[in-house]
Amino acid sequence: MQSGAIDCDIHPSVPSMAALTPFMEPYWREQVAVRGIDGLDLSSYPTHAPDAVRADWRIAGQKPGTHLEGLRRNALDGFGSCLAICNVLYGAPALFNRHFATVLARATNDWLAAEWLDREPRLRGSITVAPQDPAGAVAEIERRAADGRFVQVMLLASGDAPLGQPAFWPIYEAAERCKLPVGVHAGSTYRHASTGNGWPSYHLEDVAVRAQAFQGQLLSLVHEGVFTKFPTLRFIMIEAGFTWLPNFLWRANRTWRGVRAEVPWVDRPPAELIRERVRFTLQPGDAPPDAAGMERVLDQIGSEDMLLFSTDWPHWQFDGDDPFPAGFSPARRRRVMLDNPLATYPSLQQVTA
Amino acid sequence: MTPDDVRVLESGPLPIEDRLRRVDCDVHHSLRSLEDLKPFLSRRWWDHLQSYGLRMPVPFSGSSPYPKATPALSRTDSWPPVGGPPGSDLDFMREQLLDRYDIQHGLLHLLYPCGMDQRNQAFGAALCRAINEWVVAAWTSQEPRLKAAISVPGEDAAAAVAEIEHWAGHPGFVQVAMATHSIEPLGRRRYWPIYEAAVGQSYPIGLHTSGYNGNAITPAGWPSFYVEEQHGVAISQQGVAISLVTEGVFARLPELRVVVVEAGFAWVPSVAWRLDRHWSRMRDEVPHLVRPPSEYIRENLWFTTQPMDEPERPRDLRHILDWIGWDRVLFASDYPHWDMDSPELGFRLRMTAEERRAIYGGNARAVYGLA
Amino acid sequence: MARHVIAAAADIPPGGRKIVTVQGREVGVFNLGGEFYALLNRCPHQGGALCLGRQVGLVTSSEPGRYDYSRPGEMLKCPWHGWEFDIRTGQSWCDPDDLRVRRYTVQVEPGEALAKGPFVAETFTVSVEQDYLVVEI
Repeated sequence: MQSGAIDCDIHPSVPSMAALTPFMEPYWREQVAVRGIDGLDLSSYPTHAPDAVRADWRIAGQKPGTHLEGLRRNALDGFGSCLAICNVLYGAPALFNRHFATVLARATNDWLAAEWLDREPRLRGSITVAPQDPAGAVAEIERRAADGRFVQVMLLASGDAPLGQPAFWPIYEAAERCKLPVGVHAGSTYRHASTGNGWPSYHLEDVAVRAQAFQGQLLSLVHEGVFTKFPTLRFIMIEAGFTWLPNFLWRANRTWRGVRAEVPWVDRPPAELIRERVRFTLQPGDAPPDAAGMERVLDQIGSEDMLLFSTDWPHWQFDGDDPFPAGFSPARRRRVMLDNPLATYPSLQQVTA
Repeated sequence: MTPDDVRVLESGPLPIEDRLRRVDCDVHHSLRSLEDLKPFLSRRWWDHLQSYGLRMPVPFSGSSPYPKATPALSRTDSWPPVGGPPGSDLDFMREQLLDRYDIQHGLLHLLYPCGMDQRNQAFGAALCRAINEWVVAAWTSQEPRLKAAISVPGEDAAAAVAEIEHWAGHPGFVQVAMATHSIEPLGRRRYWPIYEAAVGQSYPIGLHTSGYNGNAITPAGWPSFYVEEQHGVAISQQGVAISLVTEGVFARLPELRVVVVEAGFAWVPSVAWRLDRHWSRMRDEVPHLVRPPSEYIRENLWFTTQPMDEPERPRDLRHILDWIGWDRVLFASDYPHWDMDSPELGFRLRMTAEERRAIYGGNARAVYGLA
Repeated sequence: MARHVIAAAADIPPGGRKIVTVQGREVGVFNLGGEFYALLNRCPHQGGALCLGRQVGLVTSSEPGRYDYSRPGEMLKCPWHGWEFDIRTGQSWCDPDDLRVRRYTVQVEPGEALAKGPFVAETFTVSVEQDYLVVEI
């Protein structure tokens, strides 16, 4: 398959803390050793759950996502992708110790560059930051931005506070200055229950309610005025699903019309701001089973610019060779696979031009 | 994107049947003041209320954590001429709602106070009883068009079951009401005895967004603004539906009817698609779900219309209703609250006479067993 | 289109308003600093009695945390959903091009001019000593 697609969400995985300690200062290396610090994979993605790795992508004896050859074979060659963006889901954004969090974020990025980006020219990376330490996050963005292979800043969808709040603005200021969009990836630091109604029993529920975290974040980004404050900054909602968008946009507009005086800096309908400034990855989807249903949803979303191709390798979100649910025409596929990612990630344009 | 439907700016009401026999599935009566409950509380609990007040996990003693859009959350034209807060005067409710819009039945949901979210659960149970006594004395016995919900102290399942059984068969009640911002998601086991009792007495469960449980309104965290919280409340109802389905409440009690109130309905298909997709890969975690989650959603859940989803193109609602089922959606005005929907103009979607009759009354009559 | 005398100008002081019924239509007449405006008393959204709504100022903002408040009392907030309308233009704040309330021209006419007609004075007698509000409907 030669699609020339840009895969906007794949997941190399940190094998263990031992892979990261070479990228830490002696003090932190010793801390890790003395205290036996390890196991900081995010629990949002249980390593052995069915969705952690697709059966035909599993490599016996290997932790999912740790094998470069597997990535080349299944994620890149498998879909004919010319580029793929690596989102490393590891502990930095969730640590309570903000100093160690920043160290871990930096080590994660160094490791990604050395072990993956240096070895496979088709790979790009997201900058892991620890928003618990905004100054440290800014420093990391600035340090990393010089390396054009890092194409966005990544945050988690459920953290200490809603992402529109001013505590995060230094991160956005740095990202905008460095011409990097901000990716918000599904996942929780478990500071808040998975739903406003408390903690569900099952992983399946946690996965199902992730869309709610994204909906809350969109409301926060809109109403705190992030799109006003940072007029060129774009956000990518990664693994959020997207068929909830029409309902969400309609309700956001209706609510805003009645109480917009509370947030007068939101001087355009939320749906307009979101269509202009927010993008969504394709997988994992929440697609209807039929093509006609998907076509209707895409029509209601009201923009051809919003979806970005993704496979979520090595996670199991779909079977077979086609990550697209039914209902995507060839022209629409091309936009999702190439045009929209290029428009969203300015630094990719230089490579493919 | 340009809306391609011509907006109705100044026409009269859309054409409607002469006799729609509307059932309004979300009407808010209110206490004139807490004094209204005094006759129905024991001396001990009245004194307790005087001394300690209502105790929920919220910062303010006399305001929502997010001050609302309007005083008393209400339409500014809904304050009764005789005094008292909106929804507290039956005559004015008749004038503004029941008579004005030819409402055959109005289903009452009391939002304040709520017995279920009281941190002192014994007081919560006494408060529920008093609320139920009061609603019969002041409302349902005075106006046969109004039907109430049995308020239950749902965090104490045994007390909630006792409350249901106490009122079983009373003509003033047509459903059981629980707070949705519960200590645990409402599908969890601690609530199952309540659902069993409701099925035993043939009551649907009416879940109006309400209560405080100490959690942020969405998993994104505590928002800053009411504009976020107001929308977040509707979002949180998705979690309620997902919990009831996924935890197996409907698999266990196939006869249970749950009405999700005040969240609109256009979110339902996407939630169902999402659940089905993930269930297909993780069925081993939830072996109690023997069928795709969407099937439980379409068989055991009903949804009220308000706050109405207002697409840029009104016709977009049609396919959503097609998917959910035209028999699953119930008209609700939310009178007298500020975000209420007009019984005449709330729906911009052009519907057939049969569709209108179902949504404006027929469906509710079927769910609630109303004449 | 006919001209209707709906009130003596002195009946609606600056900041005041009056709801009148003209040819079966309810119209709200507002006095903003001596200038009169008339709007249909019906919100184009869901039909709420718009002209019974609260008069508020115009709030705008150029950046988060900044509240620029001007024109106190010149915006009308629907009693139902709180959508704001500019009393001077009838335009909604949220969608000024596509969503507006019907407005009517109000003129202040001396009583003696009205004696010459043509006009319709529906509920009261006109005296030559006073000014009157005339709405074209």
